[in-house]
Amino acid sequence: MTVNAPVAAGSEATSEQTPGHRKQLSEGAKAERRLGFMLIAPAVIVMVAVTAYPIIYAIWLSLEKYNLELPQEKKFIGLANYGAVLSSQYWWTALVVTVIITVFSVAITLVLGMLLAQLLHRTIFFRGVVRTAALIPYGIVTVAAAYGWQYAWTPGTGYLSAAFNNSAPLTSQVQAIAVIILAEIWKTTPFMALLLLAGLSLVPEDLQKAAKVDGATTWQRFTQITLPLMKPAILVALLFRTLDSFRIFDNIYILTAGANNTGSVSILGYDNLFNALNLGIGSAISVLIFICVAIIAIIFIRGFGTAAPGTDIGKR
Amino acid sequence: MAAVTTTPRQKAGWGIANFVVIALALIPVLWLVSLSFKTPTAVLDPSFVPSQWTWGNYSGILQSSQFIRPLINSIGIGLISTVIAVTLASMAAYAVARLAFPGKSVLIGMALLIAIFPQISLITPLFSIERALGLFNTWPGLIIPYVAFGLPLGIYILSAFFREIPWELEKAAKMDGATPFQAFTKVIAPLAAPGMVTTAILVFLACWNDFLFAISFTSTISARTAPAAMQYFSGGSVFTIPTGPIAAAAVVITIPIIIFVLFFQRRIVAGLTSGAVKG
Repeated sequence: MTVNAPVAAGSEATSEQTPGHRKQLSEGAKAERRLGFMLIAPAVIVMVAVTAYPIIYAIWLSLEKYNLELPQEKKFIGLANYGAVLSSQYWWTALVVTVIITVFSVAITLVLGMLLAQLLHRTIFFRGVVRTAALIPYGIVTVAAAYGWQYAWTPGTGYLSAAFNNSAPLTSQVQAIAVIILAEIWKTTPFMALLLLAGLSLVPEDLQKAAKVDGATTWQRFTQITLPLMKPAILVALLFRTLDSFRIFDNIYILTAGANNTGSVSILGYDNLFNALNLGIGSAISVLIFICVAIIAIIFIRGFGTAAPGTDIGKR
Repeated sequence: MAAVTTTPRQKAGWGIANFVVIALALIPVLWLVSLSFKTPTAVLDPSFVPSQWTWGNYSGILQSSQFIRPLINSIGIGLISTVIAVTLASMAAYAVARLAFPGKSVLIGMALLIAIFPQISLITPLFSIERALGLFNTWPGLIIPYVAFGLPLGIYILSAFFREIPWELEKAAKMDGATPFQAFTKVIAPLAAPGMVTTAILVFLACWNDFLFAISFTSTISARTAPAAMQYFSGGSVFTIPTGPIAAAAVVITIPIIIFVLFFQRRIVAGLTSGAVKG
């Protein structure tokens, strides 16, 4: 996410003026500043109205006892909702399931995405066809693909179930989680590969050739030239995939609806609102998920160092 | 590149790798297509190719308001959200790219935060807010969150595109007496059109794909979108699982998008990677 160079270009435009017109200038600068605020205002208002305000409202709701079925019992109860969620088996099961799905799907997607990116980068023939085919999982609607996987693993209906001796993996916890991870990997590998491919194209071909002449093996060239140069691209891809995977909802909702302890934290939050109609507990879950995502993001951005998106604003 | 030293073995290796990728990408899609053509009896036969073919699933869903209305909602809500998001994002990205004003990095930081925001955290509070404001189960009730989540993507991609535009033209227009606003609409906007198309495609895809907001903020087909409507399909009788109709609906909402993605693949790849790498 490099949205940095324009800053320099903008300041250059204002400093270029001749000193003789200083008064007019500062008025011009003021007008520019006013126009800038006017242009960003609508976007900022919508983003704040839909995210910042509701999350603050959620913090407030999470401190109340508030069940839509029993609105007359609504009252302030402090941190009791958090106590209820954090001492509940459901929260910890959902969190562990979410972490397992995230770790496995992101790790495998990274490896497969790297292989796919190498293939897209280097394949000799049918490059266009392969690129096109690889985009199909990206383009498909997640829910539609999830129905496909669900039926494929349904005994009596699905070809995959039939191929595995009429097994019913969606009815057991571990196997269902494996199917969910498989569906995630299939859907998101192209996206990972595209981000890595863009990083890969920044690795100079000459450097590869020189190393080859010096006798470096393919593996040495990959670990010692390609990987270090691709580090920023890999970290960005990992950040976005990890946070996206942590929010997993669609695939699980269709494949198991969270049955047999396969629900993610998002499924838990959804169920709590629409089955239990408990706004207080639901908001506490919302806030806890928000904190988890913030922690993951902070860890990643620490890992980025100076390569973090947005940190180099104004430096160039 | 590597073509100089290609041996037949290497050729075969690349060929096999290509084949595997194409097969893995296509098989799950072909499976959905196959299911959508199976008769209710053939659905109970796990073979990959239908033993009995029928158009019945398609004619069924295309005559049912339970699918047609959500399909119209999906298209309408997606298009309106896209137009609003691209317009607002263009204005903001222009300001970020061209104007000197304080708080720019706050805007970028805010956009990044929203790009990684857990949508589920908004479900409970937004549900409550939308019910209080009468937005629950309406088009605006979905359009507003879609615009909010389309904006960060739009601001990133468009800022990246706006950097590439020859800004001397803008200066020339200003020297000829154009106001900054005229310089934006008359000179820069037409040059920025390719970036805006890319942004529009990605925002529309995100809206079309959304499931969580769609099932949370709607309760009837008056605003429910197609991905959310599929789970409410019914089979021929209460005892039949509507596998065929759901598969047909999945194909109907998927195939146009796949064709669309393939048609615009260069733009999509450029858009997805423009902001994200180079870091």
